[in-house]
Parts: sequence; structure tokens; C-alpha cells
Amino acid sequence: MFRRVGNWIEERTGIGELISPVMSHLVPRGSSWMYVFGSATLFAFILQIVTGIALSFVYVPSSTQAYESLKFITENSALDHFLRSVHYFGASAMILMVGLHMLRTFLFASYKYPREASWMSGTVLLFLTLAMGFTGQILRWDQTAIWSVVVGAQQAGYVPLIGPALARFMLAGESLGGQTLSQFFALHVFVFPVLIGALLGPHLWMVIRNGISEPPKRGKPVDPRTYNKEYHELLEKDGVPFWPDAAWRDVAFAVAMIVAIVGLAIVMGPPHLVDAPNPTNLVTTPKPDWYLLWYFGVLALIPHAWTPYIIIGGPGVVFLTLFLMPLFARAGERHPFRRPWALGTVAVVVVTIAAFWSLATWEPWSPRYEAPPLSAEVVGNVSAEAQHGAQLFHDKGCIECHRIGNDGGFRGPDLTNVGNRLDDKELTWRIANGGYNMPSFAKILSAKELNDLVAFLETRKPTLSAESK
Amino acid sequence: MTDKPTSPTAEGGSPQHGPEGDPGRRKFLARVSVALGAFAGLLVGLPVLGAVLKPMVAREPRVWRNVGAVDDFKVGTTVAVSYENGATKPWAGVTGKTAAYLRRDGASEFTCFTVNCSHLGCPVRWEQSADLFMCPCHGGVYYSNGDVAAGPPPRPLARYPVRVRGGNVEIQTTPLPIDGRVPGPS
Repeated sequence: MFRRVGNWIEERTGIGELISPVMSHLVPRGSSWMYVFGSATLFAFILQIVTGIALSFVYVPSSTQAYESLKFITENSALDHFLRSVHYFGASAMILMVGLHMLRTFLFASYKYPREASWMSGTVLLFLTLAMGFTGQILRWDQTAIWSVVVGAQQAGYVPLIGPALARFMLAGESLGGQTLSQFFALHVFVFPVLIGALLGPHLWMVIRNGISEPPKRGKPVDPRTYNKEYHELLEKDGVPFWPDAAWRDVAFAVAMIVAIVGLAIVMGPPHLVDAPNPTNLVTTPKPDWYLLWYFGVLALIPHAWTPYIIIGGPGVVFLTLFLMPLFARAGERHPFRRPWALGTVAVVVVTIAAFWSLATWEPWSPRYEAPPLSAEVVGNVSAEAQHGAQLFHDKGCIECHRIGNDGGFRGPDLTNVGNRLDDKELTWRIANGGYNMPSFAKILSAKELNDLVAFLETRKPTLSAESK
Repeated sequence: MTDKPTSPTAEGGSPQHGPEGDPGRRKFLARVSVALGAFAGLLVGLPVLGAVLKPMVAREPRVWRNVGAVDDFKVGTTVAVSYENGATKPWAGVTGKTAAYLRRDGASEFTCFTVNCSHLGCPVRWEQSADLFMCPCHGGVYYSNGDVAAGPPPRPLARYPVRVRGGNVEIQTTPLPIDGRVPGPS
């Protein structure tokens, strides 16, 4: 019965005819677990579409109501809470998988002939995926979200010539307003997913057309004149059908990924909503989600004069380098151990991102507004002038960037033992003049205040601090 | 599978010998089809693109907004004020508002600073006792007159036009300062 229905459908649609070559096409033996990240990205994308559509049934994309609807989703409805959570961890997984997929492709030099266009479309897909992440964060429409729009518009504003127009496009006007959220909703829900889908078509088609790259062998370089012939000989001699010989790993890994996403979603819950969106509430610390956080750190720590060039030039150069790379390296060795520059580049990039990342979670460059005045215990038994200086150390904002004992910020040097390093003249000079990352306090402090502050800092010597510890 | 599906086009004959087999005519038909398709595409596509991209050239009206009586502000102090944007949509809610820092310099002299750091636009915080604006994002610091004191900001805090009319302080609605600049008053 089923067979007859199947045959009836097949005769009229030819769907089986279309799919069976895809399932049975030969792939090189030895396509190991390293080859699962691309399909995992695809499965994560499908998960995002499904949970995204489901969320759109309950989310209200309105400037005045989006936050309330998200609060309801998060707090009052267990299933929607779960959906939002899965959508968040799905996004994280998709970005992680896209990163691993790119890393594997680069390390195995799979971008070489004849798969250059696969890599190039993949580069665009990578940036579209990040754009999905950013626009998705905006749909949270809380304090962080609206200030992220402002920060995003400001960055777009650095683009030569069309910068201000791009910024107005992001804001949907000259400032934040009723249309801003609709703009991001349309981009996140329609424009970027459609673009991703449109590119995913050829990206996947090329996997069928050119086959997956065989695991690299040392001393077996790619020669575009003979590659296709050798590849097909390899398949005929030693190939295995994609389904199920290779596909089972894709399935197993994707299932593990989805179980992990669901597990994290249940245990961790969706990302925290900060205060309701309010451009007149200025007590806020906007910060992007984890996958863009490291770039936030880059912008804090690059030499200040470079900022305008790095903000646009940085991503622009990265995109162009990635996009054009296969055109300049289409032949030659594929094995990573025969490509020391490629290995070195990966190491440098990974370590750099990790370093900026860990710094950005800690944000040593941000003022610690909430630092309380130094306790009597830390100040110790000092003169009345120095007591007043300790008070000024808090009131004049010194403590927001400088540390004494266990209190204060990290932007400037730790002053716990500054009395040992600098004498009163040096301290006076530094406070009055400021520095690269320090304001000049000459006009802010009176002569007496400066004197008292220096008197306090001169008491910061190890013998005293040893007592207070 | 016994009844192997066959493709109906497979036995359709060579396209070279159809009734409309004249190559010149075929070329003409192809060109006309492409041209007609392009016409229809542009007919709808141009207005669609225009509608989607119109915020890029949007210009909002500049309006003077009253933010309080002159005597509400003490000479020498800086406070945060807020007002409605120039072209607020009814559904914008609170996002149709803009905040600014207002400093009273003298009897009727006021300076109005944007709250947006000139580095990346984060909201700077006014620290009254330290007499400094400090930015939470990347540690930008400004003096009370808006000049850069420390950190990455490339420019002083931008200023909005402010005036005193009939005993009230009025601020002119202005676009969000992109790249730290406020477009001149119009």
C-alpha cells in the first residue's frame, strides 16, 4: 500500500529522482568527525527558523510593547520561556559551529580549487550570521538593546561618504523612535534569513557538485589541471556513499548539539532582560552578547587615534581578506603541517580573540561608578589632611579608575603602594596634569584639596598596607 | 521499482525544429521577454527600494522644546533633562524621547551637551562631585565643559542648540550625533 502511494507520487513528482543522487553520491573514505561542523551549522539554522517562527507568534514587535511581551514570554509562560531560551542557545551554537566550520575548512585548505566559490559564499554567510546575532539582540528591546542600536549607528557612521545615511537606516530616522524596532524586526525576521537561504542554496549545491574535499595528505598538493580527474579516480576506487556511511556522523553530532542546546536552555534559561528601554535613563552599561564581546574590547584598547580606521577598516579588511583568499591560494599543499603560515595565523587569531574576550568580560577600562568610599580600616591612622584626602579620593572619582587595597577600578595604576614609588612633587604633577588615560585635575581640585589628596597618597606605603591586610 | 518514471520532456523533440524555428525571431522573443521582465521588475522594485531606504535621507523637523523654567537650574550645575524628539510617532513611546545634559553657566547662559560619547555613542554619566562626565563603555572621560579629559573619545561632547525664551529654557531637537557631530541648526 505505502509502496504504491510512494510510486504514484514519485511518478508524478520525481522527488526521489532528485534526492537519491544526493544521498548516494560517493564521498572520500576517512571523512572524519572534522567534517560535521557545516551540517551542524545548517541544523542550528533550521532550529533557529523553527524557534524563531514560534516566537513570532507571541512577540510583539512594537516600540512600546516589545519589552512587555518579552517579559511575559520570559516570566509568565513556561513554554515560551523555553522557546526563547532555545532560540538564544541555538544562536550561540550556530555562531560557534560556523566558526569551527570555517576553522576546519581553513586548516584543511578545502577552499582551494575547485571549491573557491564555496569558501567565498561561506564568508558572506559568516557575516550574515553575525548580522543575525546583532539584530536578534536588538529585538530584546531593553536598555542594552536601544543603546546597542545607538552604538551600532555610531559605528556605521564611520563609513566614508555613506556613513551618516547608513546610520539613519539603522535608526530608521534621525534618532531612535517608533520605527527603529520595526526596522530591526524586518531585517532579523525577513531580510537576513532570506539572504542566508539564498546563499545557502549555492553553498550546498557546490558540495554536491564538487564533492567534499578529501582529507589532506602531506606532499599531495592541489594541481588545478589534474585535481578533478584524481578526485574522481579516488572516489571510484575508494569512495563510500554519503548516506549513511558519512551522514551518520552528521546526524549523531547534530543530535548531540541539539540535546546540548535544550539542556543549556533548561538549566540556564534565556538571557537576562535588563531595564525597560528608555533613552533618558542614563545609568546603563550596554554590552554585546558573548560572540561580539571581544570586539568591544578591541575598540577600548586600540590606540585612540586609530579608532576611526579600525572600526570600519577592521571588519572590512577581515571580510575582503577572507573573501578573496582562495583566489590567491587556489593551488598547492593542503596539509596544515605543510602550511606553517596558515597554522601560525590561526594560532595568533585564536589567542588574540581569547585575550580580548577575557579582558572584555572584566572591562578593566570601565569606571567603577559604584565603588564605595575607602573604609577607615584601609585609610588607617593618618593625619586629618590625609583623612580629607581619602574622602577626596572617592568623591573626585579617583577610585573609579585606581585601586587601593581591594577597592576601586582598574583603568589606572594600582595606588596601594604609591607612596613608595612617587614623592609628593611627582604626585602633585601627575594629578594636576593628567595623562593619556587620566584627566587633568588642575581645575577640578583647589590647592588645598590637591595638597590633602597628595598627603593621603603619600601614606600609601607597604608597611601601612601590610597592617591593613 | 517496475514502472520507472519517465520525463515528459525527454521525447519532446529538438527545439531547433519547432514551428517557431526561425533563429532571428527566437532571438527577438528572448530579448523582448528579458526587457519586459526588467520593466516589470523596475516598476515595482524601484518604489519598494525607495520605501525601504527612505530613512537614509530622512530629515526630521527641528523644534524648540521647553525643558523647564530658568530658575529650576542652579548656576554652575549640570543636570540631565529630557524632551520629545522632533518627529515622534505616536507609537514610539518612551523611545521617542531624547536626553541631554544641561549646564547653567550664568544668569541666562546655558550649555547643552549630548549624552552620547563621541567614541561610540554610549550614554556618559555626569559625576557631580568629580566634575567629570564618564563613559561606562570604554572609559572615555570629559571635563565639565565637554572637552575630552581621557580615554578614546576623538572629539568633545557635541552640543545641542539651547536658548532662553520667556523665562524658560528651550532645547532644539537635533538628530542623534553621528560620529560625534551635531548637524548645524536649520
